[in-house]
Amino acid sequence: MNPVVDYHALAPEIVLTATIVVVLIADLLFPERDRWQTSRIASIGVLGALIPVLTLASGVFTDNHFVARSMFGGAYVVDEYALVLKGFFLVTTYIVLLLSIDEIKEGDYYQGEFWYLLLSSVLGMLIMSSARDLISIFVALELISIPTFVLAGWQKHNSKSNEAAIKYYLIGVISSAVMLYGMSLIYGLSGTTMLRGIFVYLQHAPDLGLILVACFLTLAGFAFKISAVPFHFWAPDTYEGAPTPVTAFLSVASKAGGFVALLTIIFVGLYPQTDGWQPVLWFLAAASMTVGNLTALRQNNIVRMLAYSSIAQGGFILAPLAVAGGSSNHGRDAFQAVVIYLLIYGAMNLGAFAVVIAVARRTRSGAISSYAGLGVTSPALAVIMTIFLFSLAGVPPLAGWFAKFVMFRALLDAGGSWAVALAVIAAVNSVIAFFYYAGVARRIWFDAPAEGATAPRIPAALNLSIGLCVTAVVVVGVYPQLFARLGDVAARSITG
Amino acid sequence: MMLNQFLILSAFLFCTGIYGVLARRNGVLVLMSVELMLNAVNINLVAFSAFRASVEGQVFALFVITIAAAEVGIGLAIVLLIYRNSRNSDLDNIDQLKG
Repeated sequence: MNPVVDYHALAPEIVLTATIVVVLIADLLFPERDRWQTSRIASIGVLGALIPVLTLASGVFTDNHFVARSMFGGAYVVDEYALVLKGFFLVTTYIVLLLSIDEIKEGDYYQGEFWYLLLSSVLGMLIMSSARDLISIFVALELISIPTFVLAGWQKHNSKSNEAAIKYYLIGVISSAVMLYGMSLIYGLSGTTMLRGIFVYLQHAPDLGLILVACFLTLAGFAFKISAVPFHFWAPDTYEGAPTPVTAFLSVASKAGGFVALLTIIFVGLYPQTDGWQPVLWFLAAASMTVGNLTALRQNNIVRMLAYSSIAQGGFILAPLAVAGGSSNHGRDAFQAVVIYLLIYGAMNLGAFAVVIAVARRTRSGAISSYAGLGVTSPALAVIMTIFLFSLAGVPPLAGWFAKFVMFRALLDAGGSWAVALAVIAAVNSVIAFFYYAGVARRIWFDAPAEGATAPRIPAALNLSIGLCVTAVVVVGVYPQLFARLGDVAARSITG
Repeated sequence: MMLNQFLILSAFLFCTGIYGVLARRNGVLVLMSVELMLNAVNINLVAFSAFRASVEGQVFALFVITIAAAEVGIGLAIVLLIYRNSRNSDLDNIDQLKG
């Protein structure tokens, strides 16, 4: 029996794979001074892959009869959830491409391979959005991770970059091994690798301690990928040592890949076994918010501060999941909250990193003190950075406010003492977070600039990426229905 | 078919691997310990696959073997890079980034 392959449903992956091959060959054929052209091919490929995503999605918003396309016995499904996330991954990648182009062109880098590895990782993310069984989730997760190990160590002769790579690599590999051990136990208990089959098994499972162990090990593996406390040690070091465009990619796209895997495995597979995942996620969420925020308070390097801030934001994203098991309504709310938070987090965090890259073009430093007087030397950049910082802090009417709002709504609707306790922890943490975000804004506006400080010259591509992010943050803040609809559509396809 | 002896062997291998990862200081030995952990997973998968007479576990094990090879390839490259830059593959000396 031959498997039926739906080429339209696979078109985004096929276009991206073709682009990857073309980029690799173009790098061989172009002479050294024309190598930067490969970035152009990569951008066109990413936008090209977005077209089939849009044509596939055209039915989603017009009628309610969108039929999910399922392949390989249900192991690979293209539904609304997959399409929303594929769109998100491709758009974030396009922005990452824009903000890396000049950085890579001017640095002492190996250009062709950079785009090749970046796009390979994105291919893993596209597959992850559609993967619905343990094997394809594992393969997709490794396809996301392995190229990023190399990207983190991109500056071969810089020992800090080497250190970033080895730390990221070791933690990544060990977490995969732990996750695989958990998956092998789940497979052994349920006798299938399909998440639907595992769901059915867990609905009538005997009361076994081994199920809890298996769930715990699997979730611990994912916790490393999304850098949740206490599995977060690699993140700040890797973020600081890696080239900044790579850090932006890791903190948004790669992290979102981990969250997508977590969402799929919980809602499609482990959902009936609430004891196996709710307490673990509750602890991870509470610890990530608290430790992330408290450590971020005393950082004096902007990239490290954003690293800890992204750990804390990861806690906020996880929080609704920890109370999702009460009923299918709570499940849908939590799912929606996570998707909306991910989309908004992507826009504001990428924007913040884009400004960091722009400022570092002049100062060549990541110290927060180098932001002193940015409001005088380059007011436009200062206003934009303030918008991103306040959005991350959750100040209305910027997008971050809406993300926090849906998170709190999901927590409070779920009710119960555990959910309320988590909501209180999240509220306290939102206040703490405001201090360090506002601390950077204070330096920008109230401190005097250093002697002879000038405005950085920002190339057009970087300007465009900052513009896209700031537009998204402001527009979604004022008109949140835009992303709310996406979250709603995605939740509908998984939780019914 | 007896399942227990395979599971005990695999749990033992997995714990040996974790011990090695935590206790070893040399980059190459840490990589070998990770391999032990991944092979424990393979034993589990193949044992369950035979016990349940379902082929999925063996397919999973094949994927794990392939990807483990790719991972270790990358890992050796990174350790080699560090050795070239610092003439040392001792992981304790890698401590420039902290805070």
